[in-house]
Amino acid sequence: MALCTNYKTRKLKDQLVSLWIRFMVLLVVALPLIIAFSLFYKSWLILGHSSLSELLFSSVWRPLAGKFGFFPFIISSVWVTFIGLMLTAPICLLSAIFLTYYGSRHLLRFMQPVIDILAGIPSVIYGVWGILVIVPAVGKYLAPMFGYESSGFSIMAGGIVLSVMLIPFVLNILIEIFRTVHHDLFDASLSLGATKWQTIKHVVLRKSFAGIVSAFGLGLSRAFGETIAVLMVVGNVVGVPENLFQPGYPLPALIANNYGEMLSIPMFDSALMFAALLLMVVVVVFNIISRRTIIYLESKH
Amino acid sequence: MWWRKLEEKIVYLLMVISVASLVILLLAVLISIFVKGTPYLSWEMVSQTPKGGYYFGREGGVLNAIVGSLYLSFGAVFLSLIFSLPLSLAMNIHLRARPKIVNRIRFVLDILWGIPSIVYGAFGFTIMIYLGIKASLLAGIITVGLFIMPIMVRGMDEVMKNVPVSLIESAISLGSTRMEVAFKVMVRQTIPGIVTAILLAFGRGIGDVASVLFTTGYTDNVPTSITQQTATLPLAVFFQLGSPIPEVQNRAYASALILTVIILIISIAVRFLSNKYYSNRH
Repeated sequence: MALCTNYKTRKLKDQLVSLWIRFMVLLVVALPLIIAFSLFYKSWLILGHSSLSELLFSSVWRPLAGKFGFFPFIISSVWVTFIGLMLTAPICLLSAIFLTYYGSRHLLRFMQPVIDILAGIPSVIYGVWGILVIVPAVGKYLAPMFGYESSGFSIMAGGIVLSVMLIPFVLNILIEIFRTVHHDLFDASLSLGATKWQTIKHVVLRKSFAGIVSAFGLGLSRAFGETIAVLMVVGNVVGVPENLFQPGYPLPALIANNYGEMLSIPMFDSALMFAALLLMVVVVVFNIISRRTIIYLESKH
Repeated sequence: MWWRKLEEKIVYLLMVISVASLVILLLAVLISIFVKGTPYLSWEMVSQTPKGGYYFGREGGVLNAIVGSLYLSFGAVFLSLIFSLPLSLAMNIHLRARPKIVNRIRFVLDILWGIPSIVYGAFGFTIMIYLGIKASLLAGIITVGLFIMPIMVRGMDEVMKNVPVSLIESAISLGSTRMEVAFKVMVRQTIPGIVTAILLAFGRGIGDVASVLFTTGYTDNVPTSITQQTATLPLAVFFQLGSPIPEVQNRAYASALILTVIILIISIAVRFLSNKYYSNRH
């Protein structure tokens, strides 16, 4: 009899936990939809107020007059992301190739913590570093070198800080991708007399081209949403920047800077939620395309 | 022929430079934070709250931010764990026979991971208004908890999927329920991995600004209840750095240093644990 009740309680516990688990699974699968829906719901007001093309392509930003053109913010985001990726790309590619094909195991053992710590440093710390080092460097040396005058707080500074933050993220994915390239392909090429670099150039890079592009796609979506570090060095001046040494105002910075004031004006509140929605859509679309490509490549091997 | 060799050499050199630049960049960031922060790090700094307002007061320290950060991160990790542990267990026990569903969940988690924290912040803010809670420790915990959940689940999942299926099957064939397999076999087998995932999530949570900017508010006091506003270290860096008063800025640098040290400690703990985990397995 004791055995029987024991069995019953065990069974009951198991069922309760199963129920909890099922609920969790549903919640997680629904969470992106819930987030997207609630942001969409909040931006309904602004979408009814101005047309989508006006929101995206107008550069008139006067919240008090009810004019919301996101173009200056979008273009700033695009520039900062572009610079970040351009600077990070060669470093990541070369390092990933070196660590996978040239370096010893010892080197990888030494570098892994370095990469992990770079990845773990919070963005606000990168922001402080940017203010201390990158902003003065851009203002004093880099901008005059190109013949511009700049306070240093600029799109360029944002891009440079961003590129450092992207390195560990993209590098880890690239290393994973290079590992999936078959070793016999590599060996076959070497045995035909190609040098190591020729093999990498003609075999590895060609084989993993889609993977490399996806790694940068993931990097792009990470870069597009990065808020605080960029906000701290980018200057935050509304307007379409004429050159890269002028201040910019990316979308995440817009949301972060205005959260206090927006509550009093419903339309402003709605506009900021629309910015968040826009950000999310861009990030998620790039994420989905890149991840699908990577999954497809991995399933082929 | 000589050209090929030269090309090889040039590329090799470039690769060595870029790997070295990783180390140099890390050192550059750490050194500038340490050099700037160390002079202001004193007992007063870590044991007192700011006097006369965090933005204008010249006296006092950042105790409010340190304690607030710890409350917030522990709360968020705990909340997230309630969701994450069952989910990762389910993915690797209950749903093990259905890899399609599991892969789909992993995909959704990766998407969630990619959503920027500022979007979580905006989302948390809308929930907050919807539920009628004010900016508080609680709202921050909910937002950060959601934000670190995918990191935690994927971390646990990564170690749990390596547990051989035969182990689970033999436990079930001996008459265990799935729940017993989950907590008495799976969790026990993967405890270092679980702790690693928790630490990583903790590190993410303690360092993030954008998700708490909307939700926790800011205060000079150490919060005494979950419904009060709270300061956090990254917010302390962010807000106090913007002040025109040098003493306040110094508090920001000291906060940045404290935050960096916390992150470094977490990194070392993670490394130690994962080394231990792998040396046990092989």
